[in-house]
Amino acid sequence: MQIELSLLSPQLFLLLWAILVFVVDFFTAERNKASLAYLSIIGLVLTAIISISSKQGETFGGSFRADTFGLSFNIIFLGSAILTVASAVDYVKAHLKHQGEFYGLILLSTVGMMFLSASGDLLTLYVSLELATISLFVLAAYMKSDLKSTEAGLKYLILGAASSAILLYGISLLYGISGTLVLDAIALKLSQMPTVGPLFILSIVMIIAGLSFKLAAVPFHMWCPDVYEGAPTPVTAYLSVASKAAGLAALIRIFFKSLASTSMQWVPLLMAISAMAMILGNVVAVRQHNIKRLLAYSSIAQIGYILVGFIAVSELAVTSIILYVLAYMFANIGAFMVVIAFYNVSGSDDIMAYAGLSKRSPFLAISMVVFLLSLVGIPPMAGFIGKFYLFSAAIEKGYYWIVVLGVLTSVISLYYYMSIAYQMYFKTGDDDSPVRVSPTMAVALVVALAGTLLIGVYTQPVLSAISGASSAFF
Amino acid sequence: MIKYSYIIAFLPLLSYVLIVFFFSKREKTASGIAITAVVSSFVLSLIALFETLADHGPHIFEYEWIVIPGLKLPLSIFFDPLTAVMLMVVTIVSSCVHIYSLGYMHGDPRFSRFYAYLSLFTFSMLGLVLSGSFFVTFIFWELVGLTSYLLIGFWFEKKVASDAGKKAFITTKIGDLGFLAGLLVLYWAAGTLNYSEVYHQIEENQIPAIILTAAGILIFCGAIGKSAQFPLHVWLPDAMEGPTPVSALIHAATMVAAGVYLTARIMSIIVVSHTAAMTIAYIGAITAFMAASIGLVQNDIKRVLAYSTVSQLGYMIMALGVSGYTAGTFHLMTHAFFKALLFLGAGSVIHAAHTNDIQQMGGLAKKMPITSKTFFIASLSIAGIFPLSGFWSKDEIFASIYHEGHYFLLALAVLVAGMTAFYMFRLCFLTFTGEARDYHVYEHAHESPKTMTYPLIFLAFLSIFAGWVGMPWLEHGYSSFVYFEHPHHAAANYVLMIVGTIAALSGIFLAYQMYYKRAIDPVKMGARFKPVYTFIYNKWYFDELYMGTVIKFAYWFMEVLYRFDQGVIDWFVNFVGRFGMFNSRVWQTFDVYVVDGAVNGAGFMTRWFAGGLRKIQTGAVQNYAFVIFLGVVLLMLFKMI
Repeated sequence: MQIELSLLSPQLFLLLWAILVFVVDFFTAERNKASLAYLSIIGLVLTAIISISSKQGETFGGSFRADTFGLSFNIIFLGSAILTVASAVDYVKAHLKHQGEFYGLILLSTVGMMFLSASGDLLTLYVSLELATISLFVLAAYMKSDLKSTEAGLKYLILGAASSAILLYGISLLYGISGTLVLDAIALKLSQMPTVGPLFILSIVMIIAGLSFKLAAVPFHMWCPDVYEGAPTPVTAYLSVASKAAGLAALIRIFFKSLASTSMQWVPLLMAISAMAMILGNVVAVRQHNIKRLLAYSSIAQIGYILVGFIAVSELAVTSIILYVLAYMFANIGAFMVVIAFYNVSGSDDIMAYAGLSKRSPFLAISMVVFLLSLVGIPPMAGFIGKFYLFSAAIEKGYYWIVVLGVLTSVISLYYYMSIAYQMYFKTGDDDSPVRVSPTMAVALVVALAGTLLIGVYTQPVLSAISGASSAFF
Repeated sequence: MIKYSYIIAFLPLLSYVLIVFFFSKREKTASGIAITAVVSSFVLSLIALFETLADHGPHIFEYEWIVIPGLKLPLSIFFDPLTAVMLMVVTIVSSCVHIYSLGYMHGDPRFSRFYAYLSLFTFSMLGLVLSGSFFVTFIFWELVGLTSYLLIGFWFEKKVASDAGKKAFITTKIGDLGFLAGLLVLYWAAGTLNYSEVYHQIEENQIPAIILTAAGILIFCGAIGKSAQFPLHVWLPDAMEGPTPVSALIHAATMVAAGVYLTARIMSIIVVSHTAAMTIAYIGAITAFMAASIGLVQNDIKRVLAYSTVSQLGYMIMALGVSGYTAGTFHLMTHAFFKALLFLGAGSVIHAAHTNDIQQMGGLAKKMPITSKTFFIASLSIAGIFPLSGFWSKDEIFASIYHEGHYFLLALAVLVAGMTAFYMFRLCFLTFTGEARDYHVYEHAHESPKTMTYPLIFLAFLSIFAGWVGMPWLEHGYSSFVYFEHPHHAAANYVLMIVGTIAALSGIFLAYQMYYKRAIDPVKMGARFKPVYTFIYNKWYFDELYMGTVIKFAYWFMEVLYRFDQGVIDWFVNFVGRFGMFNSRVWQTFDVYVVDGAVNGAGFMTRWFAGGLRKIQTGAVQNYAFVIFLGVVLLMLFKMI
């Protein structure tokens, strides 16, 4: 068997770079630790460049495949990691110990996700998912002296382990049915089988359940608000985007590749989960007072919208899901960046504390509004284009009810998103001292803003860049 | 350069962004950025012009923008000689205005904002000119409309200024609605809005003539609004409330010429559809004559110039209506230069005299030598005196009308030429010569600073020479550069030249007799032709007409709706209310016992349910795990059932 290691070069490079960060950490004085963040960003950017320029193909007997689909998701993982690290610098310096390891763990988790998006069989997929997640358990509990943070880490660990078990059970059942772990081969095997039995149903239910945990989709979302609230905010930002994107990459790899011929079986399941996520996420978000919890429920709702894309096993579906995740990445991490910047100064995550932010920092306030509008899906932000494509795929398939539900729940989301804007613009707080934004944070915010607006206004180049992603399946 | 011509448009946009976000507090930097951007655009346009001279094109570039099944709207650039000429006109006039405003707007509290708006306008106008499809043109069309609104109402503390801004916005919107409808008709018939593709389909006769006529006239509605043509011309004179450099840039040289430009872009339709062509030609003719007649008697220096602009735009439209593509666009160019000069000169006068009323001026030539000389040059040019720019373009218009055999329009054009000469020299003589009529004004007048006079001198130079590129004797003049389908090279028609010159000279002579020599008393003249005088002095009563019809109708309709609301809906509401009152008494008893019980019950249920929900989010990890397994079971059940 010919093994082409060069196909793995982005993953291996980032792995080495993560080790480099751990090593350099030893020789860095405590006051210079912030430089490790910049070192990490350089590594991530270089990895992105390598990913784009390295060639495509498959190796290890099809267990590892570098294709445009994986590349698109790699860019999303790397983009989330870059934005997260950039926004974390001040936060980490002020609130966390062991700064170097913080950044190193984020890189390691990203490596795991990059292997995940490139996996061609179920075992690779499972192992890389664990690699991505275990770093995150540690990161969630990073504030060791903070009760909420340790609680978040522990909950995430226990429930993550439980759902991993479910996922693994589902995978083993699928292996039992098809006799193989390679995604292509499963597809071939299933297409030869005349009917599907209850065992098969059980296996897809368990795979969906296991991955839905990563996505924080209802009813596997219970951990999400608690962990999002307790974890250090940059970790929350990373969890809410990169971790979900990883789950989606796995879901698309398995369902659009191996299980495409049985879509009749699993589409209703995913639609049910999508509907529940849209309803529960949006309705419960209305009552939240803590902005991190609000964004947690909002992210549950967002995953509901993304799952709408799974209605149609088509090129448009893959493209529109990736496009939406890209838009969601800029908007959601952007929103968390504002939360971090605000927390750095005020020490509060209470939505009421945002009163009068438009006076204290017009830049933060307007950025927040742009990100929130993108999450609602208002043109010309990227979120509008994303929703437009997702919903048009659904309409094409005749699933009107889910589009109606999506639009209605979007209206609800407008209420709670705009209640933040209301606090910022129409309320006056007790404190009116200006909120300073550090240069690194400002640059990261501008990048997120630019991404949100550019994708919204000039979608076509992005679309044509990711349109190759579907060729992995069709 | 043509390949990267979008840079020409984006430089001013960059300047706008920089000024708004970073330099709004630093006036010097803001104006410096804006001027650098527009002058760089000018230099790039010049390079592009030379490239176009070598290869006429059209050069077409497409960038994908919106591609969804059933709708494809690319961003495209259509670069042909007309584009090159328009780029020159816009960047030159805009550069002059940018520099001139350094002096004119000096000390204004919103100085940087003014430059930001100027940059935004320049960007929109350049984008409009570069755009390669009707759709993108429409976007920029609306953008110039917006900046025009912002700049007319720049001094929004003055109610007249903000009213004028609104009037301009609303009036042009009426035309834009037609434009949009035209685009829909065209898209429906052709399936594309790209210039090149639409032209191609028209050439191949793929679109029925009736649809072309409809689309042509509807799109022309946009031009009627933007170029202030009859019957939507009423906004332009009011727009003079904006700062004078703005009037020069937007309401004389460039934006109002956008309508003419658009009409030139639908030349393919005009040559196919006789109905559309004649509609356009006659609207232009009516406008030219009507506005010139109003201009004869106005006393506000800027309003005279505004009516002159309307009239000259009518001229261009008329030329385009008789398929005079070269003539119309040529006059657009020469007019841009001398009209910008006239406005900037007027601004210089207003800057010195602090009044717009020419009856209060007089004798200012002595105080303002540069302003008065350049103003006279521009007036000679617009009057069409040999060998200044205006002469050549006006002659080209006469020639193209004559060539198509529209003798009535030709007579009207010559008449308007005479009227133009008359009102321009009336303006000149009253402002600059004779005795000072208001000693106070005269005493305070002074020549403007160099930042203002240098642009005047530069534009005066162009007002003399820019038209020379269109001399009929030139082998490779304007007509072999900007042409429709194939260059037509008409031989010089000396009769028309002489007729035009006689008309102009008689206009000037009459003005000379009345306002310089005072051999004829204007007041007596006015009294003798009182009905006519009153009619044109009141601008043909258009504002009153619209007030009495359109606006009255709108108010009446509002009143009707109000009455309906009051009479019908409120009555119904009241009825329902009374009925409710009655009902409520009946039900009260029932209410107390049955409904209250149910309401309390529902409240109790909700609280119980919310409590239940809250209890699910217990925070206890074993419960969460339980829900996960429950979820698996439920999904399984859902699937099996």
